[in-house]
Amino acid sequence: MKRISNLVAVTLSAISLGALAPTSVLAQEPTITVSSTTSTEQSGLFGYLLPQAQKATGIAVKVVALGTGQTLDVGRRGDADVVFVHDQVAEEKFIAEGAGVERIAVMYNDFVLVGPSDDPAKAAGKDIVAGLKSVYANKAAFVSRGDKSGTHAAELRYWKMASLDPATEKQAWYRDTGSGMGPALNTAAAMNAYVLADRGTWLSFKNRQNLKIIVEGDVKLFNQYGVILVNPKKHPHVKAEAGQKFINWLVSAEGQATIAGYKIGGEQLFFPNAVKK
Amino acid sequence: MAAASSLLLAGDSTLLEITALSLRVSATATVIAALIGLPLGAWAALTSSRLRTPIVVVLNASMGLPPVVVGLIVYLLLSRSGPMGPLGWLFTPAGMVMAQTILITPIIAALARQTIEDAHVPLRDWFTSLGLSAWQRILTLLFEARFSLAVVLLAGFGRAIAEVGAVMMVGGNIAGSTRVMTTTIALETSKGDLPLALALGLLLVTLVLIVNGFAQTLKARMERRHA
Repeated sequence: MKRISNLVAVTLSAISLGALAPTSVLAQEPTITVSSTTSTEQSGLFGYLLPQAQKATGIAVKVVALGTGQTLDVGRRGDADVVFVHDQVAEEKFIAEGAGVERIAVMYNDFVLVGPSDDPAKAAGKDIVAGLKSVYANKAAFVSRGDKSGTHAAELRYWKMASLDPATEKQAWYRDTGSGMGPALNTAAAMNAYVLADRGTWLSFKNRQNLKIIVEGDVKLFNQYGVILVNPKKHPHVKAEAGQKFINWLVSAEGQATIAGYKIGGEQLFFPNAVKK
Repeated sequence: MAAASSLLLAGDSTLLEITALSLRVSATATVIAALIGLPLGAWAALTSSRLRTPIVVVLNASMGLPPVVVGLIVYLLLSRSGPMGPLGWLFTPAGMVMAQTILITPIIAALARQTIEDAHVPLRDWFTSLGLSAWQRILTLLFEARFSLAVVLLAGFGRAIAEVGAVMMVGGNIAGSTRVMTTTIALETSKGDLPLALALGLLLVTLVLIVNGFAQTLKARMERRHA
């Protein structure tokens, strides 16, 4: 019996190998879980911001990055202490349900319409609604997130402004991929299609192939991020004190300056706009 | 590609941490799944209970459990709003071990059942003549079939370390906390960094090869000693 453990020996040695791993989060430091959108994670903002937040507040932040819809759901279930998202309508609903304490504006970035560099739909310009109308008229391939994320919600809003509804019509050129920002960009790159993206993810995206920005600079493309403390009255285990401290740092002069300082290739990704009370 | 490989060769400490966590989570899941799956498989091989056929069917079918479904169920169980919420295991390695254990226990049990059943055939009369109890038979067969069962455990380990759906949902792919190799590969693919994702994929395959090579060497050494 002892000797059937040859495999167990392998696995145990693997465990001890694993035990050598350095643990990055010190036990005595308060740790909070922040549920956020893929755009903040995949653009690299958190990798830059969190170490500085930890230095200033002593709070270690664990980030779970999901689409905005799922992000809010994680908060609603009490599985995160703070949510950090960009879909105002959904956020207000979250507050109205009593799931969150208060929605605080932190920063904004903007969406861009990305598409094939030769712009077959002639969508280029400064007006997102006109751009989408051209995409529709030319039946140009368009990739939709289709995952109830903040970006997906924004895309549907722009189609509505254009009085068009390719999703419900199930247009063949409209590809509902049900995927995150990065995967949607990968799909668009492979299909040479148009896609709505947040600028942060686009700037840090490496597999662009033939894609470039087609429409940008429209005020309608403004994308506001808000941060919400999950309601401790509803979920008593929520680390309200540490969570609030993290939020306070985000909207402090120091936090706001840190956000403004994050750049890729010299380009600023997020613009702090917290309102002082 | 060259840049990504050199990045890997540089032995980045984050990469070491991710690799170690992958090994630790999947190895722990394999050990727990073996402790449950091997006796369960042996019992299913030997029993004459009427439940045997349904159990064997369920075990065999469960080998095809989709990781993302296991992930979803474990997520709902471990969520603060779920029945096991107070444990606080969601978005921790413990939760990931739980998901992978659920995923691979049926694989280990089903394959062990077949292995032990095959080993039992030539020994059945001998067991009867010795008047061994069911428990003694199980232990003897587990011992006799140990080398084949080692392969069964490797199959379970391979499935655990290769899956991404369950650890992504239950672990949350948190940097420095629950990020493992497969979720890192998914993340880098999302970021469009395909060369790095591919390089990490090659590293994962190499790791599985090393574990299997190590197991094979140990097994050969054991076999020689007992020849």
